[in-house]
This record gives sequence, structure tokens and C-alpha cells, in this order.
Amino acid sequence: MAAIAMPKSSQETLAKREKIVADLQKIVPGEGVICNEIEMRPYETDALTAYRQLPLVVVLPESVDQVSRVLKYCYDNDVKVVPRGAGTSLSGGALPLEDGVLLSMMKFNRILEIDFENRAVVTQPGVTNLGITKAVEYEGFYYAPDPSSQIACSIGGNIAENSGGVHSLKYGLTTNNLLGLEIVLITGEVIRLGGKHLDCEGYDLLALLTGSEGLLAVVTEVTVRVLQKPETARAALIGFPTSEQAGKCVADIIAAGIIPGGMELMDKLAISAAEDFVNAGYPLDVDALMIVELDGPEAEVDDLLQRVSTIAEQNGSSYLRVSQSEEERNTFWAGRKAAFPAVGRISPDYLCMDGTIPRAALPQVLQDMQELSKKHGLRVANVFHAGDGNLHPLILYDANKPGELAAAEAFGADILRLCVRVGGVLTGEHGVGIEKRDLMPEMFTEDDLKQQQRIKCAFDEKQLLNPGKVFPVLHRCAELGIMHVHQGQLPFPDIPRF
Amino acid sequence: MEETKGEGFHPGTAQELEAVIKWAAAERTPLEVIGHGSKRKWGRAVQSAHTLRVSGITGIIDYDPAELVLTVKAGTPLQEVNELLKQHNQELPFEPADLSAVLGTTPSQSGTIGGVLATNLSGPRRLKAGAARDHVLGLEAVSGRGEIFKAGGRVVKNVTGYDLSRGFCSSWGTLAVATSFSLKVLPRAAKECTLVLWGLTAQEASGAMSEAMGSSAEVSSAAHLPQGIGSLAHHNSATLLRLEGIAVSIDYRLEKLRRILARFTSQDVLDKQNSKNIWVNLRDLSPFVGAKNPLWKVSVSPTAGHKVIAELEKRFAIRWMADWAGGLIWIEMQGNEPHDVPLRRIIADNGGGHATLLRASAELRASIDVFQQQPEALRGITRRLKAQFDPHSVLNPGRMYASI
Repeated sequence: MAAIAMPKSSQETLAKREKIVADLQKIVPGEGVICNEIEMRPYETDALTAYRQLPLVVVLPESVDQVSRVLKYCYDNDVKVVPRGAGTSLSGGALPLEDGVLLSMMKFNRILEIDFENRAVVTQPGVTNLGITKAVEYEGFYYAPDPSSQIACSIGGNIAENSGGVHSLKYGLTTNNLLGLEIVLITGEVIRLGGKHLDCEGYDLLALLTGSEGLLAVVTEVTVRVLQKPETARAALIGFPTSEQAGKCVADIIAAGIIPGGMELMDKLAISAAEDFVNAGYPLDVDALMIVELDGPEAEVDDLLQRVSTIAEQNGSSYLRVSQSEEERNTFWAGRKAAFPAVGRISPDYLCMDGTIPRAALPQVLQDMQELSKKHGLRVANVFHAGDGNLHPLILYDANKPGELAAAEAFGADILRLCVRVGGVLTGEHGVGIEKRDLMPEMFTEDDLKQQQRIKCAFDEKQLLNPGKVFPVLHRCAELGIMHVHQGQLPFPDIPRF
Repeated sequence: MEETKGEGFHPGTAQELEAVIKWAAAERTPLEVIGHGSKRKWGRAVQSAHTLRVSGITGIIDYDPAELVLTVKAGTPLQEVNELLKQHNQELPFEPADLSAVLGTTPSQSGTIGGVLATNLSGPRRLKAGAARDHVLGLEAVSGRGEIFKAGGRVVKNVTGYDLSRGFCSSWGTLAVATSFSLKVLPRAAKECTLVLWGLTAQEASGAMSEAMGSSAEVSSAAHLPQGIGSLAHHNSATLLRLEGIAVSIDYRLEKLRRILARFTSQDVLDKQNSKNIWVNLRDLSPFVGAKNPLWKVSVSPTAGHKVIAELEKRFAIRWMADWAGGLIWIEMQGNEPHDVPLRRIIADNGGGHATLLRASAELRASIDVFQQQPEALRGITRRLKAQFDPHSVLNPGRMYASI
């Protein structure tokens, strides 16, 4: 296990474990409290499996009232809480704490209301992302954000991570498709935000909660917008002799005013791994492969595909195939969607990074990444949400070789620093969690991070919800409150006055 | 020039702004924060000793059309932003309104980009394209403590830390004063047209808009003008459905929409310029310009809009129009007495939402809740956020709620 410092365990909490378990059993009776080691094992990690920790106890509430009482109990007794959805976080957001209650929301698994007239679905947070689409597709509707883990990940987890997916270029992230929430604060207070109407009055707490990685509140109900499915979707596979040409083509398509439903890129190593795995019919003699999907009415899709093909030719494309059937379109995507496991077949282990960069920096970043690959002595395969500038470099390593995990982590950190240097960010959609926590100062100053923690203090002053995630240093809220000001003097006498 | 109180601060840089706010915090002296002052008559009046005008922090920082990202200083005139984007065939997709006419303000200019985002001001296309806040990627600001900070970034996909940049939209300058924003922009549509359905009742219009929005016709705006509201609906109510995109696509979708709504036999199509004009009129609330009567902005679930109207019409004399497929209703109350309590009661009885007083006399604005009172637990969060970012209440105190 790699080493990342977690907050010091409270000996007092650990010593009181039996009493805490008994008290929680009074709130959530029956099988809703799990305290033996074997049954707690499945909760010891999420999809960032390099890190494991058994929780103090696992609680699976099934009503808002139970959630409220569990949280209030933890608040009153200074017990930490780690909320968990389906446990598919790639950044360790749901990693348990030795002295913390693991609050699983997976019994909140019902869709509460489908309102086609208002194009809204009200659901409990444990319903899967794909479950929402499944519930409305008989009327031709779907829920737009589509993270790769959509078959398993919960909508509550999507709120925590502000999940995206291949279609977020055109249809937005979770935050853009969310209408309302019911949340429970650590104090047990229940708050409803938004609803089926647009644009909440007051401070935009929906925005603050979306992507807050379980540090602000526990979500107990979600209202999302659903959309009518586009009539047609067609994809084109476009190959380029060099990554630079592909990167330029992405920028040119956007500059031409075309917003594709999805626009993905893979580099040579990713292409061959994917092709070996699923036989998607990818060309193997190209350095970069683009998948562009256009959706909408048929006439529009045909027109745009023509324009995209022309732009690709102008950028020196050497391969072009347009899907002629829904089956063929799905095959194009099958390779891309299987890219991670495909890379898993050519290397014992891999580390998946998640930076975002301005699109224009793509050729430069690809080149620099090859340099870094040589420096660290490890291979890297690249798949991107190119339209969004969201990179997923997969660093190949072997955990059984001494030092390789550390080398891979150092390589990953270098890639993220590179992203920040070209004007990008540490994480586009996987979250900070524990994985990128200690890199936060690469992007933010101390003052920037202080403002973030002030949000935390307004919601959870005792810092009991998911501590150890996102922030490298936990300031006590009282400490953040101190103001250093020079009293009394008028500022800059030369500031223009009216 | 608008009225200026006390020391009128007019910083030109983030550092000068920082110095002003640090001083105000140290002196515990409140500031009214304005850009051009175009929305000064909206919201609660601020009890402040001094005016802090941020329109001097102006200019485009970075704009690469191929990135679809614009980084701009907060005091930049909205007009300048719109013109720059238009030169590159792009736009702010949420089409923010110019409210100066309806509010009866006579500012030197019609608003800054900072003012648009501080109020999360979005026009008719908000229905499909999302609100102002949906297009914010990052910001730089100075908090009420006088700390310069940044949040977010210049890329569309970013989950690094809390989403302060979206979160600070619609905070009316009560938490921090922004100095710059990075915004997502989009290409302008090549073509647009608007299908008009004549003579529908409010209820029929609600059904028609709901059906249109639930189809794959990709309607980008949907509004209803009752008879007598604006010149288009002078003789007959008009239900408006806007289509935007490339020509082949619009032709096809228009045909489809007409088929879906064929039961409404009296139809017309407004071509490009007429279509543009009507949506600008709606966006800027032209039908309500000139009057002084209280004007309310009501946000409810789209199918509840006509029910709220029906209830109100039983009790009060009103003029109104519906946007956002019925989810946004502008209601002009005849007479100057406070209607906040019954209005909010009716909204609560019809599935919930909120009513914000957009325009009213200073006396009325001072005597009722311009923004709806929040339930206790939510009010607690609001207060604590204010206390965290502006502990000495120097930024726009009282603009939204008493002392906030």
C-alpha cells in the first residue's frame, strides 16, 4: 500500500467503538449496521484500490430520518463520517477511516417520480446513473451525463464528483443537469434545495454541493433534468499520422462552430491495446485515432459529418470511416470504452490520470509526456475526451517490481504539474479525493485553499464529514477566522475616487 | 453618473480593490458594490457609507475562439463582451438581459459582465443552454476579508476543489467582489426561426410548450404572451417556440414541430430577423417597460406556471408573460400594495419555487421581502457563508436579506 497521511485517528472514538455500534444499532435496526471484519471487507476501498482501510463500522440507513439521526449522533459524539455511494470513485473519495462511520447510501435505491411534462426525474441517491435512463427511455428520454462507470455508479456519487462523460462537451456535466437536492447536514438538519423549477434563489448551494466529494453534506434525494434522445447519432473514425495533426483537427472542428456530441482521441499504444481486446476495426497504422460523434436530425448529422471530414482531410487525416449502422457506431465506441481494461491486459498495473488542459496545448502536452515517459522509464497510453481537453494518461507499471509504483506516482504527479503549467487543472472528472490531495498547492495558493475551506466551515465546522480528502492541510475553522488587517489607514491614497 | 455615497472608490486593479476592502473591513464600514449600477433598483437597498464602483476593472484578458473560452475582467461592459464575441461569430449562450429600461435606471452604460454573473441573469435561451452560472469556468475575486483568491480554471471540465466560481454567481456581491471570470462561450447559430401558435389559453400554451420541449425538435426557447402583452400579441395571444441551428436542421425540425402541434391550426413562422427581435424584446422585458407597477419574477415548475396565473387572476389585476416553457413568469401587479404573502402562498401550493421582486418603489422594496425568506436550516447556511467570507458585513450588507 502506498503511503498517504490520513488524519490522526481519535483514540477516544476507537476506545468507544462497542458503545458507538450499539447506539447506531438503535437508530438503524436489523442488518443496517455492519461491524464484523469479514462483512466490512467489501467497503475497505473504492476504485482506487491501492488504498485500503477498514472503517470503524458500516451503517446502511434506509430513511432520511435515519440518516439525520445517525449524522446528529456522530456530530454530538465527535465521530467522523465517510459517505459512500457505489464505491466507484477513482480518486479514493470513499476510502474509509479507521475511526469513522462508513455511511453507505445504497439502500436509497428507488426512483421517486418521473415527470415527463416537466422533463424531470426525482430519485433517491443510490439509483445508478444508467438506472435513470433505463427508467425513462420507454418514452424516448435519457439522462445526459454518462460517466464510463454509469452501469454501476450512483447518482448520489455523481453529485459528489460532478461526473462528466463522453457527451459532456455538448450536454454538460452533472452540475448542468441538476435541478434539486435534499441534503442532510452533519448536525442532522434536512435542507431542500431547488426542485423542478430553474435557478434557485439565494446562494447557489447546488453548485457548491456538486463536486464537493462528500465533505459538505449527505445527499438523500436528487432531481435531475432528462432530455429527449437525439433522432440520429453517427460516429466517424478518423486516423492521423501524428498526434499533432489530430490535436489541430480537434481545435479546427470547434473553431468551425461544430459542437459534436462526443470527440475522443486515442494514441498509438491505446489504439493497439483496444484493438487487440475488442476488434473494433481500428486502423493500426496511425499515430492518433479520433472518434467524433454527431447527433441530431439526420439531415443535420449528414451535413456536419461532411464538414468534419473536410476539416480532417485539411489536417492530413490518413483514415476515415463513418458508421453506417447503429451496430457499427457501437463498435467504434466499444474500443474506446474498453480502453482502460484493454491497457490492463498489456501491463500488470496502470495508474489512470485525469488532468484537463486548454485544447490548444494538446500537441505540446503530448510531446512533453513522451519526454516524461523516458525520464521515468515507464510507458504511457493516452485516451482523451479531446473536445473537453480532458486527458486520461494511463501509466503502465508493475507493482511487483520494487520502486515501480513510486515511479508511476511520480510520473503521474509530473503529468498533472504539466497540465497546470499549460493553464489546465489537476482533475477534470475523477475528483481530488486522496489521490490528488497533496498536489492541490500546485494549482492553488494558500489563500485560494483557505476560501475553499471556508465553504467547509459553513457546512461542517467540526470537520467530521470525510476528513482527509481534497485538502492537504486541515485548518481548524476558528484558525481560519482570524483576520490580519492594518487598522485605520485609508488605502492607497492614489486609488481613483469619484 | 449614479448617486455616489461617502468616499467613492473606483479601483482599477485587483490590488487596489483589495486595499479598499481591507480598509473597509478594518474600519467595519460597509460598501455598496456596483458596476454600472444598471441593476441598482433590483433587490434590497444597501445601507452603506461608501460606494465601491468596480467598472474600472475592465478589459479582455484572454480570448481564443477555438477554445470557446473567454477570460474577462469583471467590470467589462456586457455590450463590449457581446460585440467581441459577435466578431468571431460566437456568443454568450445564456443571452443575458439588459434590464435598465424595465428598471427605469439611467446608467451610463447597460451593465457589466460582473453584474450579470452576480445576479445569475439569464434570458430565454436559458431553457436549453443553461443559466449564466452554467457557463462560468473560473473566477478571481477579493473576499470581504480583503483576500485575493481564485477558483476554478479556464477549462470546461474541472472538479479540482469546490465549485466556488459557479457557487458565487447569484450572491449579489455579498460574499466577494469578482475581478475576473473565465466563461464558456459557444458558436452563434447559423439560422433561427420562431413558430407562433395564435390564440391559445394559458393552459393550452403550457401543454403545447411541454410537448414541444419533450420532443426531439430541440426547441431553444418557449414563451407565451397573453393577448394584449406586447405588439405581437396585440390582438391575440401568441405562444412562441424558437428553433436555432443550421438551415437543413431547422427546416426539418420546424416541419416536425408543426406536425406535433397540428391541432393548433392558427400558426405562423417568424423568420430570422423577426425571430431575433421578438426574443430580444422578451429578454429585456419590453412589455413591462414604462410602467411603475411592481414586477415579480416567479420561478416554478413549467407546468405549474399557468395554475399560479389562474389563482392570481382570481384575486388580483395582473399583466404577465411566461418564458422558459412556463417555468418563468413575469407578473406585473396593478397597484402598489404588497402582494408578497399571497403570491408566495400560491407558489407553495403549486409545487413550490420562488418569487423575487424585480421592480418596485423604494418604499415597497424596503417594506417586504424582495427575496423569499429561507427556512431556518437553510438560513443558517446562508448566514454562516456570509460570516465566513465577509465577517464584518462590508460587502453589500442587506442586499439580499436583512444583514446579508
